[in-house]
Amino acid sequence: MTAEQKTDVQWADRIAAIARTQDQTAFAEVFRHFAPRVKAFLMKSGADSALAEECMQDVMATLWNKAHLYDPSRAAVSTWIFTIARNRKIDLLRRYARPEPEDLPWGPEDVPDQADVLALQQETTKLAAAINALPEKQRQLIERAYFGDLTHSEIAAETGLPLGTIKSRIRLALDRLRHAMT
Amino acid sequence: MQTIRHTLPDDLLMGYAAGVLPQPFDLVVATHVSLNDDARARLAGFEAVGGAVLDDMDGAKLAEDSLECTLARIAGMVPEPRPMPSRGIFPTPLQRVVGGDEDAVRWKSLGMGAKQALLCSDGEATARLLLIPAGQAMPAHSHRGMEMTLVLKGAFRDEDGIYARGDIEVADQQVDHTPVAEPGEDCICLIATDGRLKFNGLLPRIAQPFFGI
Repeated sequence: MTAEQKTDVQWADRIAAIARTQDQTAFAEVFRHFAPRVKAFLMKSGADSALAEECMQDVMATLWNKAHLYDPSRAAVSTWIFTIARNRKIDLLRRYARPEPEDLPWGPEDVPDQADVLALQQETTKLAAAINALPEKQRQLIERAYFGDLTHSEIAAETGLPLGTIKSRIRLALDRLRHAMT
Repeated sequence: MQTIRHTLPDDLLMGYAAGVLPQPFDLVVATHVSLNDDARARLAGFEAVGGAVLDDMDGAKLAEDSLECTLARIAGMVPEPRPMPSRGIFPTPLQRVVGGDEDAVRWKSLGMGAKQALLCSDGEATARLLLIPAGQAMPAHSHRGMEMTLVLKGAFRDEDGIYARGDIEVADQQVDHTPVAEPGEDCICLIATDGRLKFNGLLPRIAQPFFGI
């Protein structure tokens, strides 16, 4: 299997290696796959090439810095990197610090349930397949919404995507986390 | 008694996930999500869509020394500290904007014990805190655009039911409502509007330009 075809679970292992041992080889693998995509996402969102490169490097450095806070039972690696890129995009392009929800990290002693991690990664794979199976017009609308091409009132949340199951999975992981925190 | 949970509609959560809401609305969504795990899970679903869109993109060409530059940035960086849960009644995103908890708010009196504090403004959209004394009514009003009201302390009641801590009411210009703070405790709400409110009563209408409600 080449570096380009890793599954979500394998990406999650690379992030764990960065968190545990500051593994630069794992970081380089993550970088080769995600950095060009993050840069493309930023350019689609209106940044020129130079700003997108600058912002992307910042996003990837943030990933390194936050690797120990990544929770694979609540987000695939692609989802997690998307949220970092989106927040930095708003910080830079709109020039304000984006308000983010209070984080709920696992404590150093507690770790997410491996079954939760697998279940969420499977749901994420299904979601990606469902997006690819959408009619071209609808798929483009969803992409444009996430590039910031649509205003809030143009966004139709009825995507026809299987978001109910993914929500239930994440809800379960949150319940376990809340339980571990008390 | 049936408990009604008032949470955010999907279009606002997707708008937040996509990063297209005005800053004052981002603040209210982030604060609500901090208090409501169901909204947090639904938001994570919409963010997963963003992750899938990202993963499916054709990559852009990077600068020649891109990885080396990024590694140079990383050298010497300390991992971000594990965030602590917020203390007090304001969740972290709100504390960042206020500069502290309830006691750090710079209130301005609206008369009759009611107070407000403007937090941020983004052209047409504004976020502010409002305090209604226990048992008192907020002046009846309608609004031109959308209004999101998130309860942080106490509770209020209007035509749709009771809203307690963590509950959010989303109203558009069609809604003409008269929220009343429940007895027992002052009610503090975080409110985002996309325009200045239009009051129905004569006296509050005169007061409107002065108080910026």
